[in-house]
Amino acid sequence: MSQTAGHPSFLQHHFSDAEQQRESAKLGMWIFLLTEILLFGGLFCAYAIYRSWNPEIFHNAHVHLNVYLGTLNTVVLITSSVTMALAIRSMQLGRRTATLRFLAVTLALAAVFLVIKYFEYSHKIHLGQLPGKFYTYDGIAGTNPHIFFSVYFLMTGLHGIHVLAGMATIAWLVVRTSRNVFSSEYYTPIEMTGLYWHLVDLIWIFLFPLFYLVG
Amino acid sequence: MMDTTGSTFLPPGQSTIAGEVDALFNFILYASTVLFAVVIALTIYFVIRYRRRGAVAATSGKDHNIKLEIAWTVIPTILIIIVFIWGFKTYLKMSIVPRDAIEIKVTGQKWFWAFDYPEGVNTVNELVVPVDKPVKLLMSSKDVIHSFFVPNFRIKMDVLPNRYSVTWFEATATGEYNLFCTEFCGTGHSEMIGKVRVVSEREYADWLEAGAVSGEGLSLEEFGAGLYTSKACVTCHSVDGSPGTGPTFKNKYGIRQVMQGGSSVPVDENYLRESILNPNARVVAGYAPVMPTYQGVLKDREIDALIAFIKSLQDSTGNSGE
Amino acid sequence: MNNLPSSSYLNRPQGIKSWLLTLDHKRIGLLYLFSVMTAFALGGVFAMLILLELLSPGREIIDADTYHQFFTLHGAIMIFLFIIPSIPAILGNFVLPLMIGARDVAFPRLNLASWYVYILGSLFALYSIIAGAVDTGWTFYTPYSVETTTSVISMTLGAFILGFSSIFTGLNFIVTIHKLRAPGMSWFKMPLFVWGLYATAIIQVLATPVLGITLLLLIIERVAGIGIFDPAMGGDPVLYQHFFWFYSHPAVYIMILPGMGIISELISVFSHKKIFGYKAIAFSSLGIAFVSFLVWGHHMFVSGQSELAAMIFSFLTFFVGIPSGIKVFNWVTTMYKGSISLEAPMLYALSFLFLFTIGGLTGIFLGALSVDVHLHDTYFIVAHFHYVMMGGTVMAFLGGLHYWWPKIWGRMYSEKWARVAVALIFVGFNVTFFSQFILGSQGMPRRYYNYLDQYQPLHAFSTFGSWILGLGFIVMAIYLIHSLFKGRPGGANPWGALTFEWTTSSPPPHENFAEIPRVEHGPYDFDRVTAKSTLGETI
Ligand code: HEA
Ligand code: HEA
Ligand code: HEC
Ligand code: CUA
Ligand SMILES: [Cu+2]
Repeated sequence: MSQTAGHPSFLQHHFSDAEQQRESAKLGMWIFLLTEILLFGGLFCAYAIYRSWNPEIFHNAHVHLNVYLGTLNTVVLITSSVTMALAIRSMQLGRRTATLRFLAVTLALAAVFLVIKYFEYSHKIHLGQLPGKFYTYDGIAGTNPHIFFSVYFLMTGLHGIHVLAGMATIAWLVVRTSRNVFSSEYYTPIEMTGLYWHLVDLIWIFLFPLFYLVG
Repeated sequence: MMDTTGSTFLPPGQSTIAGEVDALFNFILYASTVLFAVVIALTIYFVIRYRRRGAVAATSGKDHNIKLEIAWTVIPTILIIIVFIWGFKTYLKMSIVPRDAIEIKVTGQKWFWAFDYPEGVNTVNELVVPVDKPVKLLMSSKDVIHSFFVPNFRIKMDVLPNRYSVTWFEATATGEYNLFCTEFCGTGHSEMIGKVRVVSEREYADWLEAGAVSGEGLSLEEFGAGLYTSKACVTCHSVDGSPGTGPTFKNKYGIRQVMQGGSSVPVDENYLRESILNPNARVVAGYAPVMPTYQGVLKDREIDALIAFIKSLQDSTGNSGE
Repeated sequence: MNNLPSSSYLNRPQGIKSWLLTLDHKRIGLLYLFSVMTAFALGGVFAMLILLELLSPGREIIDADTYHQFFTLHGAIMIFLFIIPSIPAILGNFVLPLMIGARDVAFPRLNLASWYVYILGSLFALYSIIAGAVDTGWTFYTPYSVETTTSVISMTLGAFILGFSSIFTGLNFIVTIHKLRAPGMSWFKMPLFVWGLYATAIIQVLATPVLGITLLLLIIERVAGIGIFDPAMGGDPVLYQHFFWFYSHPAVYIMILPGMGIISELISVFSHKKIFGYKAIAFSSLGIAFVSFLVWGHHMFVSGQSELAAMIFSFLTFFVGIPSGIKVFNWVTTMYKGSISLEAPMLYALSFLFLFTIGGLTGIFLGALSVDVHLHDTYFIVAHFHYVMMGGTVMAFLGGLHYWWPKIWGRMYSEKWARVAVALIFVGFNVTFFSQFILGSQGMPRRYYNYLDQYQPLHAFSTFGSWILGLGFIVMAIYLIHSLFKGRPGGANPWGALTFEWTTSSPPPHENFAEIPRVEHGPYDFDRVTAKSTLGETI
């Protein structure tokens, strides 16, 4: 309890030991992920409601999404989740270079995801398949087809922002790892970022079938 | 039975549903008063009886008593179940419209109520209904959400854009009752007040026959003066020169009006007519385009009357010019 | 005679920078105290202006649009800037770690961040005052909020940002309570204020993100016209209401639960008696928190939702009444055969008991479907929520503030003036708001700038009451500020209470305790343990 001589440098003064600090961080992270789920939960509700009111336009509009690119992106994200997990594992074993390598791959895969998303978006923008009053496309039958795209852009957009935030955090981890901050005793930030990254992945795994697959 | 006298809390109830609502209201009121009195009486008694005087007295560590705890869980539970069922039953009655009801279309818009009768008659801010007959209101809004509230009938229902909502009532006494808008809808929210006039069945028939206020027997000008209030122009336009939500009508006719964007228009009969039927076509400089259209609300003769009325509002000194 | 400790969190370290960058939960609590009280005073000024305008029908001091902006600013400031952060972020921050025998909260940096986020959000919210104040009411109902030309965006963005501040605090508290309790402090040895904060934190964490996404959608709707809430484009304005109340109903329990926690402390300490029904009070907080997520539709009984939905919402609404009642009855029973002293904090607790019971019982009127149809959006609602928020939460907050004041500053305020203030506030409050129950059930709609003559006497009465109320607050501000400089030292434990925060010096040292305390007795074991008041004589 008292500040003994063997106090590790990463241990903050108000925790009694490293175990308590790590447990706290973990619980905190889980709660944070819960808030994220609720944040998206609101949008998933909106999706469900608009879908049930406008089944025909959701059907007619969803075929305009590119299933091929969507699938590709799903694979990219799942792979990045795996490399993220490997990065954590490496640090647990104290292998710093391996950690660095896996983090870098994760970062790269995240970037690939965004690039693919960029192509998808720009195609839609080009066609005028846009939310609300910006909608100019006329190839979709039914009243108010723009609603589908409102929901689509909102949800994938918010998800995209989360990918960006994840990339920033992973980049920060790369810097910290190369500065030798982490060790097999202390790797909580990598572990926490990993949890976050899995959630981002998980949300995509829900978004993908809801928009691209179900008709 | 019907309580039409009202109480400290409730205004006189003059619809078939009012009695039931009031009975529940009063039940909760009395039950709450008793519960509240018990809580407060005990508190006051304990505070006086066990007031610390001088040194701290020793107290007991007893911290539960099963009988008491069951009592104060079970009694409130019974009470709320009664209140719930009672409230729900009346609510159901409020939502099921009797089949023989007269149907009147209600349109809420900033900031007045328009009523359309199946017989083709229409009124603004005045709902005329026969006594002892169920009346169904089919309501929608032209802009934002409004809410239709007649305290004496104990009814209230939101009025939404692009959707119909329904409520109904059966008045039990003739007279005039206030009608309020209770959903905040902007500048004129508290002016969005109308009247429900309950008349005998005979009077109602006569009134419909006469086509509401047809203005027969009145000069156009007099008729227009009546419409100025009854069609709610008064909420936004003054006749004494003071500015309101819209420009005043005083000394309006014959001047040149400056429009948004700098152009100017002579105020003549055609401009006035256009302003009433299509107000946002040209918007007066310095004002927001908030005037509702009266297309479909006013008949031709009524528009003529309003124009005649506006024309009559000139200072005796004559036209103030440009 | 007591002396102030020469070194405490207040003077070590020194300098403005050490305050603005502090990670000490006590200092962060004080940063919140000053900023949140400023918001309260501002909200109070708007309240006074609102009631001045309502003195008689027609124009008194301002025009209709300004009036609408004033009540929106009043409501939004009071809710988002004042009452939600009030008890958790000020008193919770200050005493939670002390009460559970910890040196700080789990994430001190996040704690400081939450204050900066609060300031940022407040700036956005307050910016809307100068940028053509928002006039939608604090509920921002669509489609009006999408159409109006006023600065809806700056206010909703502010509320959105403030949400993060609230989430940060809640998250921090949950982890702190789970992980940082002193050795020996089992869940049922925790003070009830901690239970209250715990239940509150759960709601903060679960409900606030939904408000976040709702306001974000509203902002995007306004900026880009995506048609989600716009009926003209196939959207649904009522969906907005569902989203909004999904947060804002639980939010009312974010406001009241920590207040109830404070009341449990006060009644036990000032009755010098073991709290009656500890577990019942602790679990009822969790029960209220749980049910609070299932009743939001009771704000929408006349919005055209289905009868089935209305029925379920009404039914569940009543079930909040049971745990609330359990608490009230337990508090009253705690006083039975106690040794009751009526110092200012206890007077606030008793005011709470009186006012909250009225406020809560009038909630039962509103939960009853047919009665709510008549009362919805009238002054009855206004009276109901002022009784629970002002009469409930604010009374509890003021009680807690007076109770912990000597711990925070080491100095006592003037007991005599505190009693004057509590009397003025109690009387003024009832005069102001009881009249509004009658106004409302007589049919007077809320958010009305102008009204019919028949309502005038009661409105005037209400305005008159607000002056007494305002006077009470001015008295309070004066003697509290005075006490900071001239108050006599109260010692470590002026009230003879048994929880941990009273075992350390007043004001506490930088890291709270010289030695982390051990649990030797329950927080309310007044029958077994006596802690002598360090004040000496009673007043
Ligand atoms: C601190 C905030 C707070 C609290 C604690 C409450 C508590 C309650 N509220 Fe309130 N409420 C608001 C803040 C709060 N409310 C606000 C801000 C609004 C309006 C928002 C707006 O539109 O702007 C509102 C509006 C509101 C409505 C919507 C009305 C309408 O717009 O038509 C309803 C309807 O059911 C309601 C019900 C209740 C109930 C049942 C409780 C219950 O929790 C009360 C429980 C307490 C008791 C019942 C008293 C103690 C119990 C006993 C003494 C035992 C005996 C009890 C029984 C027999 C049941 N409230
Ligand atoms: C926490 C919430 C809270 C609090 C405390 C209050 C407090 C008060 N409110 Fe509030 N009010 C709301 C929340 C609150 N209100 C909300 C949400 C609405 C709905 C808005 C809407 O419709 O959208 C509303 C609406 C509302 C209306 C209805 C307007 C309308 O519908 O047209 C009225 C009218 O009487 C009113 C009056 C008052 C008054 C007189 C007080 C008084 O109790 C205020 C007393 C306080 C002071 C006078 C401040 C004094 C402080 C100091 C001097 C500083 C002290 C400093 C130290 C101690 C250091 N309020
Ligand atoms: C909701 C408020 C509102 C109501 C109700 C309303 N008006 Fe207007 N009116 C306005 C506003 C604002 C303007 C100025 C902006 C514009 O030209 O559209 C205006 C402009 C006018 C003008 C042009 C005046 C000028 O100075 O050039 C005429 C004529 C007019 N209204 C007639 C009427 C009549 C007749 C009625 C009732 C049958 C009526 N208005 C009801 C708000 C209202
Ligand atoms: Cu229409 Cu308020
Ligand atoms: Cu509620």
